[in-house]
Amino acid sequence: MLDIAHILRDNWLLLLIGQYPYGPLGGIAATLILSVLGISLAFPLSVALALARLSPWAWLRWPVTGLVYGLRGVPLLLIILWTYFLLPVLIGQTVSGFTTMICTLVVYEACYLSEVVRAGIQALPKGQSEAARSLGHGYVRSLRYVILPQALYNMLPSMLSQFITTIQDTTLGYVINVQELTFAANQINNQLLTQPFQVFFILAVTYFVVCFTLTSLAHLLERRVARRRLGGVAALAPEIVDGVVMPAIRSEVP
Amino acid sequence: MHDFNLAVILQNPEFRAMLIAGAELTLVVAVLSWLLAMLLALVLLTVRLLPSTLAQRAVAAYVSYHRNVPTLVQLMLWYFGISNLLPQGLQDWLNDHDAEAIFAVIALGLCQAAYFSEDMRSGLRAIPPGQIEAARALGHSYVGAMRYVILPQAIRNAIPALVNHTVSLFKNSSLAMAIGVAEMTHMVREVESRSFRTFEVYTVATVFYLVFSLLLMGAGALLARQYRAAAAR
Repeated sequence: MLDIAHILRDNWLLLLIGQYPYGPLGGIAATLILSVLGISLAFPLSVALALARLSPWAWLRWPVTGLVYGLRGVPLLLIILWTYFLLPVLIGQTVSGFTTMICTLVVYEACYLSEVVRAGIQALPKGQSEAARSLGHGYVRSLRYVILPQALYNMLPSMLSQFITTIQDTTLGYVINVQELTFAANQINNQLLTQPFQVFFILAVTYFVVCFTLTSLAHLLERRVARRRLGGVAALAPEIVDGVVMPAIRSEVP
Repeated sequence: MHDFNLAVILQNPEFRAMLIAGAELTLVVAVLSWLLAMLLALVLLTVRLLPSTLAQRAVAAYVSYHRNVPTLVQLMLWYFGISNLLPQGLQDWLNDHDAEAIFAVIALGLCQAAYFSEDMRSGLRAIPPGQIEAARALGHSYVGAMRYVILPQAIRNAIPALVNHTVSLFKNSSLAMAIGVAEMTHMVREVESRSFRTFEVYTVATVFYLVFSLLLMGAGALLARQYRAAAAR
């Protein structure tokens, strides 16, 4: 126990912000920046992908469906390695690990998030879009003013879960030497050499605290959304497990 | 960039042997940790159904830990941390017997058990209490009611989630490379650094993962359809 306190006292700054300002930003700060940037850039892309998968045009629907299945079938680690190799070739200059990681996260999380968005849109009763269209809205306007506001609100808890997954996914940056929390812990471990358990225990607890807080927030949000939905349209949103839409299971029977 | 030529990798006996060894180890790690996870998930589920608040809290804490800590960190904690706390004799034995792979199986299995047990629990919870009451009223014992009425429905409910988590377990086995398990992704980097044929090697690995993931997803879809058909009869 005392060991852990000592390690924390000597290295808290490294865990928090890495070697900044003498080196690149790292630690929890980098982890959070990576995941926030990743998920917020992935969000617009995910809406586009979801709409493409729901589109009536097969030439748009099929390639996007293929892309989503393809990315879901390959480990994130391999996609990181692909990006690490392909990105410099494509843009013709060297790319930092941090940028590589963000690019990978955007594509990967957008693909999972698009399943969430798609489920949210599909869970809305068909009457919503029919009513919007018969009121004279075009496709874009009915999406903009009727469908997306409801679908995205209903899916807020699932999106927050995807954000938590993104935080956990940033750990893989360690493999291409991105300076983030896991990297910082390994640095400390390499310095100390004698207390690996304590160091990785601190690392696990740190992630736990961050993610558990967000998970609790997601549960809270879920209850709130469910309550609000009961008052209005009683559409049952399907459960999302790892970005994959599960058939709706009714927990309470009337 | 040079021309894309898969033959350079696939027809070189050394590279081919390395990739096949990697693929085998990936499958072994995935299957073993799946078995461990399933077994443990059943235990966790049973404990959670016990009428003891303490036992339920303990399982909830277990699940919460494994879902909120990244899998890679769990692997590192086991391989670098917990292995260090073991008695010296056991450490030596492990080091003689592929310690990396053993810890990878343990870490992945324990982690996935949390997901599996939650999948099964939500499958069970979705069944209205009237079902078991009706089965008991018809003269089934508790075990009989479970066997003939509750479990078939619960399994049907849980299958899609279980299949998805099986796919993610398979993909997560690639994380074992971070602790030095010579599985597919590890071998891919090894072959890459020897052959400089990055494009080709990554393609081989991508196809390997994609084929097995899609097979699992397909098998899951078939299984779900069969259960639905059985339920409709």
